[in-house]
Amino acid sequence: MKKQWRLNPSILVMLGALALVGAACGGDDEAPASGSGEGGALRVAIVAPSASDDLAFTQSMVDSVNALERDVELSITDGTFIVEDAAAAIRGYAEDGNDVVIAHGTQFGASLMEIAPDFPDVTFVWGTASDTQGLANVFAYAPAADQGGYVNGSIAAALTKTGVIGVVGPIEAGDAVAYINGFKAGALAGGASEVNVTYTGSFGDVALAAEAAEAHLINDVDVLTGTAQMVVGAVGVAADAGVPWFGTQANQTSLAPSLVVASQVYHWEVVLEEMLALRDSGVLGGQAFEVNLANGGLVIEFNDAFELPAGVRDAAEALIEGITNGTVDTGS
Amino acid sequence: MGEFFTLSVLVATAASAIRLATPYLLASLGETVGQRSGVLNLGVDGVMLLSAFFSYWTVLETGNLWLAVFVGLAVGLVMGLLYGVITVFLKATQGISGIGIFIFGLGLSDLLFRRLVGTPKPVRRLPNVDIPILSDIPHLGAALFQRNLLTYLAFVLVPVTALLLTRTTFGLNIRSVGENPQAADSLGVSVERTRFVAILIGNSMAGLAGAALVLQLGIFQPNLTQGLGFIAVALVYFGAWRPIGVMGGALLYGLVNATVLHWKALGIIPVSDSDLANMAPAVLTILALIIVARRVHAPSALTKPFTRH
Repeated sequence: MKKQWRLNPSILVMLGALALVGAACGGDDEAPASGSGEGGALRVAIVAPSASDDLAFTQSMVDSVNALERDVELSITDGTFIVEDAAAAIRGYAEDGNDVVIAHGTQFGASLMEIAPDFPDVTFVWGTASDTQGLANVFAYAPAADQGGYVNGSIAAALTKTGVIGVVGPIEAGDAVAYINGFKAGALAGGASEVNVTYTGSFGDVALAAEAAEAHLINDVDVLTGTAQMVVGAVGVAADAGVPWFGTQANQTSLAPSLVVASQVYHWEVVLEEMLALRDSGVLGGQAFEVNLANGGLVIEFNDAFELPAGVRDAAEALIEGITNGTVDTGS
Repeated sequence: MGEFFTLSVLVATAASAIRLATPYLLASLGETVGQRSGVLNLGVDGVMLLSAFFSYWTVLETGNLWLAVFVGLAVGLVMGLLYGVITVFLKATQGISGIGIFIFGLGLSDLLFRRLVGTPKPVRRLPNVDIPILSDIPHLGAALFQRNLLTYLAFVLVPVTALLLTRTTFGLNIRSVGENPQAADSLGVSVERTRFVAILIGNSMAGLAGAALVLQLGIFQPNLTQGLGFIAVALVYFGAWRPIGVMGGALLYGLVNATVLHWKALGIIPVSDSDLANMAPAVLTILALIIVARRVHAPSALTKPFTRH
């Protein structure tokens, strides 16, 4: 059984707003009491930069913790756009006696390096990151996003008629770069003549993502993909234009049920289970993990409502097999 | 670079610029009216967020786009009532109470979205409406006269706002309470009532801007505006408190953003220079503000609460 608490920043900011207005004229939270979770449940907290149901990065972690095969009492602070706010939440969860605190964002690393040594009995889980900065109570995690990107790109190449494929990215950093580079390599290897990449410069600007997709369409693009939470705008443009879309991080089929071809979905629970097993044995951190197609941490989820040309799905499955057994190189 | 100067790409860039400019223009025009009366509202972004959420939720629940537009407008009006009471009657410091309104709108729209919707769900977008004859003009017609009704409304409101401010008694009152409220008061103009109504107009237009944004995108997510309301406030300064200037600023901002996106899509701006190019709209705005600050002055009573002596 999983019990979920949400320390909602919305409530805090609204109270803050009322206090500000009051001050001009003249935080409350729902964190559980410290100590063990109910019935001895493992107390896990997630601090993440975007909404917990963003159909992208943050949702992938929330879904993964909910998929853990153990009794977990989950607390979430999401929408922490400001790193200092995230740092306060990370420290607060550690002080409140959570067993595991997940700092879900590369940008939280510097804060975590200051906080983790103060709580040697707490396991901190940080990603996406490829190393633990030498801290004994920090586990790091990262996705081999290029792998799913390569598969998506290969399928995209089989669908394009113009030979030109468009990509809408946020900022050139983290798993976005890995996914986009993998996608580009897969598409070009699959026969696409051109892959145009636009980084909008924002993880959250939906309007810019939508306009980036429009810009691609006018330049002969007939297949689109993108990464990060702002792509919901680009998916809308693709849907209106009847252009196939490839998702990543979470399954984005619900955004365009007839046009999302496939999504690379992060299943962090694969490595979270390993981390928790190590914690059970007394190892609180110090190791880095990767989710990939081989360990099942990355899964290509096809949308059965999108009818692929004959042989394309089989070719994609063969590619997944090739990447898994090391016979296909994504170029990353 | 030659690929950019093809008619189809130029037309698409212009259309993109107009789409991007529409929410800025609506919000900035409203803020112009408010500031001309002496009231600064830094809460525009919060008002837009709340209106955007309620407009989105209305479409999600009813499928009625025009009801959604009305709801966005109404939410702006309600927020205007709140802000008017706080700043005009309670004489709160405008800068701080405006930020309070912004944070309130940011938090409440986020909270309501999580409670009432959860995962982003696409909704219908405002359809484009072709203007007879004009939409048939080669190339220009597609860029300018095949837009949604809120876009047309935004541009129609430019001369309407200009006429309101310069050719009506109420507009004269707005300007007088913004420049010299004591003198206006001595002539029998109700400073408080005039400012209150100006705030209602400004916030209603911010509400309309929120509705325009979300109904153009067909989706909502927390902090959808990404600070758009603050840019709208800056555009009022950019436009020297004149509707035509504000329109120029909104179009320029939209055009720079659209051009950058198209240049990226065409590979004219390499990925390695992407971050640098992303700064272009902000840098342009700052430069323009520096230039504008040298040649115009803000309404003399801007941000000053009125107290009868």
